[in-house]
Amino acid sequence: MQDEVLSINNVSKTFVTEKGLGVCALDNISLSIKENDFICLVGPSGCGKSTLLRIIAGLETAGEGEVLYRGNKILKPGKRRGMVFQEYSLLPWRTVLGNVGLGPELAGEPAVNCRKIAHEYLEMVGLEKFAGSYPYELSGGMRQRVAIARALANDPDILLMDEPFGALDAHTRIILQKELLKICEANRKTIVFVTHSVDEAIYLADRIVVMTSGPGKIKELIDVSISRPRGRGDQSYGKLSARILDMLEEEVTGNSATPLSDQQEELRKEVI
Amino acid sequence: MSKVKRRNGFLVSLIIPVIFVVLWWVIALRVDNPIVLPYVSQVFALLINPMGELISMGSLLSNVIVSLIRVLVGYILAVLLAIPMGILMGYYSSIHDLFNNFLGIFRPIPPLAWVPLVLAWFGVASFATLSGVEDGQLYIWLNNLKISMVFIIFIGALFPVLTSTIYGVRSVNKTLIDSTLVLGANNREIFSKVLIPAAAPSIVNGMRTGLGVAWMCLVSAEMLPGSISGVGYLITHAYTLARTDIVIAGMICIGAVGALLDGVFRLFENRKFKWQSMAR
Ligand SMILES: Nc1ncnc2c1ncn2[C@@H]1O[C@H](COP(=O)(O)OP(=O)(O)OP(=O)(O)O)[C@@H](O)[C@H]1O
Ligand SMILES: [Mg+2]
Repeated sequence: MQDEVLSINNVSKTFVTEKGLGVCALDNISLSIKENDFICLVGPSGCGKSTLLRIIAGLETAGEGEVLYRGNKILKPGKRRGMVFQEYSLLPWRTVLGNVGLGPELAGEPAVNCRKIAHEYLEMVGLEKFAGSYPYELSGGMRQRVAIARALANDPDILLMDEPFGALDAHTRIILQKELLKICEANRKTIVFVTHSVDEAIYLADRIVVMTSGPGKIKELIDVSISRPRGRGDQSYGKLSARILDMLEEEVTGNSATPLSDQQEELRKEVI
Repeated sequence: MSKVKRRNGFLVSLIIPVIFVVLWWVIALRVDNPIVLPYVSQVFALLINPMGELISMGSLLSNVIVSLIRVLVGYILAVLLAIPMGILMGYYSSIHDLFNNFLGIFRPIPPLAWVPLVLAWFGVASFATLSGVEDGQLYIWLNNLKISMVFIIFIGALFPVLTSTIYGVRSVNKTLIDSTLVLGANNREIFSKVLIPAAAPSIVNGMRTGLGVAWMCLVSAEMLPGSISGVGYLITHAYTLARTDIVIAGMICIGAVGALLDGVFRLFENRKFKWQSMAR
């Protein structure tokens, strides 16, 4: 039995909006994540996936319940729990190299080492040629790759990734998926990964968490037992994919009483 | 931009000033009363000889330098207070709430409206009085720095810098702060690596506006009692002697120095903050 790295115990979160209304984003989530686990979170837009990641990162506090990291309650952000954000998060006044080297810099590494580490990870995401560029000189997908390199360069224990490959073309996406799996194997990283792509979730995850539409609850926890490397043409791959898509469709169209938001409508079209 | 294009741009920018000077020339000849409108040649003669003694008040240049020192002292004091305060007010909403309404009442008061109060408080006391220096060259310099003048300039420059600093820090993208926090930054590093660089364009812009306002407060400050030098005083004194040519020469100096200071800031902004205009 492996060690438990994260334990999420009965976490609920309600936001109070500007107008004073309460929005329940997470409702009684419990999940235990073991060393070297690769967890994928899938669920309709607005179901609280980003909120859950932010609570694990320590950027948001849980309204009820608690999250333990290696037995300690999470109170504030720390570099052992790295995060790749859904939106752009690079410092626009720093070069690509300066952004990727930021983690080591904050850890007090001498400048030479920071640059060396940054180059190493930039090469990994295929952007070593752009080391001297500024973020505004890169495309959206390239910026996201820099953000991934930055998170990895800080060598975190847990990597929280919020739709990191959303802006990438299919080909780059597949390359980075493989790369990510290689990294976790080599460095024993624990990953919590949010994605809208069921295919991506099945390709990457040890376990897939399917969430209900807001307030986010865990609808189902699926162990993906297909052996690696996983072939997208496999029969079991297709079957699992169909099953998860069914679940999501049910969430988005079916028994939900609230009207669909635009984003949800979009997702529904994407899913069908 | 190509060299030719840049040269053309420069030539184009000269058209209006040349027309202006020609008009002045023609109208002055028509009016033919140098007290109402001096001839271009009179003013020009004063400007090309900035070291010459004027109406027993020293040269144009020495008065400009005295004014410049006054403005810079008041301005630097304002910047030293406004930037740290603005950064704290921008980041901590409790500090913002504590000061904002109070400062909001002072902000709309024109610096000139402070004059009576400032005179009551400081009179003709100068930095020489403050530091206890009583003779020598240093005394002459320090005695030129009246506390009341520096205060008026300080008030003028304070609010533009403070307001833009607060605004700059407040509009820093939250995700940038969050993403630096998860890399392991502490509070001090959030200030030095995120808030200050992110707010820098706005802070520098405020400093630029502040310097402009400080320079504009100059004439009013130099009209205060106890002043016997500076371009502001030179202008008002020349007016009482009906020397309109000196008035205009002084005004041109104020305008030119102000534009020069502004230009230095702009150059710096364009170089350092390209990322801001390009960021998407
Ligand atoms: N700071 C906030 N204030 C108020 N409500 C919030 C805040 N952050 C999130 N919410 C609400 O919480 C819910 C969950 O948001 P969250 O960003 O976690 O969704 P998500 O699952 O990541 O969606 P997506 O897939 O579109 O990224 C949404 O209904 C959102 O409106
Ligand atoms: Mg999200």
